[in-house]
Amino acid sequence: MDIKLLRETLDEFTSENGFTFAARPADGDDAIEVVVEDRDEFPIMVSTDDEQILCMTYLWDEGQVKPESRTDLLTALLEMNVPLPLSSFGKIGDRYVVFGALAAGSTIGDVVTELEALSDNTLEAIEVVSPYLN
Amino acid sequence: MAILAKMFTALRGGATEAGQSVVDHQALRILDQEMRDAEKELAEAKSQLAEVMAQRKGVEREVARLKAAVAEHEDYAAKALEKGDETLAGEVCERIAHYEDELNLQEQAHAQYETGVNQLKRSIKSTERNIAAMRRQVSMVKATEKVQKASAAANARFSGTNSSLSSATDSLERIKKRQQERADRMEAAASLAKEEEGGELDQRLKDAGIVSGGAKGSDIMDRIRAKRGGNA
Repeated sequence: MDIKLLRETLDEFTSENGFTFAARPADGDDAIEVVVEDRDEFPIMVSTDDEQILCMTYLWDEGQVKPESRTDLLTALLEMNVPLPLSSFGKIGDRYVVFGALAAGSTIGDVVTELEALSDNTLEAIEVVSPYLN
Repeated sequence: MAILAKMFTALRGGATEAGQSVVDHQALRILDQEMRDAEKELAEAKSQLAEVMAQRKGVEREVARLKAAVAEHEDYAAKALEKGDETLAGEVCERIAHYEDELNLQEQAHAQYETGVNQLKRSIKSTERNIAAMRRQVSMVKATEKVQKASAAANARFSGTNSSLSSATDSLERIKKRQQERADRMEAAASLAKEEEGGELDQRLKDAGIVSGGAKGSDIMDRIRAKRGGNA
């Protein structure tokens, strides 16, 4: 999928479920940053290549994890991973992420569904694990 | 091939320091190189396969030729025996023995080529699978890096620094508060609209004289006059 087309389509787009998106280029034209209205704190980074469309949101970093609760946090994330619709948890460096990957040939509608789910999952996941975070 | 282990190294090698790439470019280069090597190997294996198949075909032709020669010379030997020429028949049989030795060798070679072809085909298939897997992994790492680079810029906007993410729980609270405020605003706007609608209706009822328009100065004056007049 052409990333520029994706950005132009998503920017100021309101989905059937009432999510309004803002999309702007990030890292030149290689990726886009998608913000769901009123959820500016957790922008979604979208990048594409020949294989897949990757949508990812940074959650928190290691510094925010209560040291004594780290195992509980990790267990909670693993347990949530499977039932969580469309998204998975991961870690890059010391940053925890939630992400979803779609096949490169997915439609804009598929991407929108993914972004909505990812945004909801972000808020819900933080709610669930907030006792383990500073 | 421990691709996953290498990927893990590539991802881990990325410093956690601000602004630094998550991807160990050295590891990525090594992987790219390995992928190119594997692709070269694949191309070589394919041309080798073509060669071996051509050789097998050549041996097959040779086997057929030798079998025909054996049959032909058996015929000659039989004819020589019919004529009672034992010496000639003996010489022909010598030649047949020579052909059979040769045939035996060629058949062994054929079996070897056959094994070679099968092995090469298997190895080509597994190399192709490996290359596809490596390509997926490399693309995953590259995609991750792209997103990570873009994300660093985003973090900077929110926290003023890209060294750490702003607190996830604070962010969530802010979002929830904002959503609550928005809900409150919508509710307030809705009730205001309702009130306005009600007020407008009252006014229309008054204008139509259906409900009383409230006390008016002139009415009160009339009332007082009437009272005084009554007393007088």
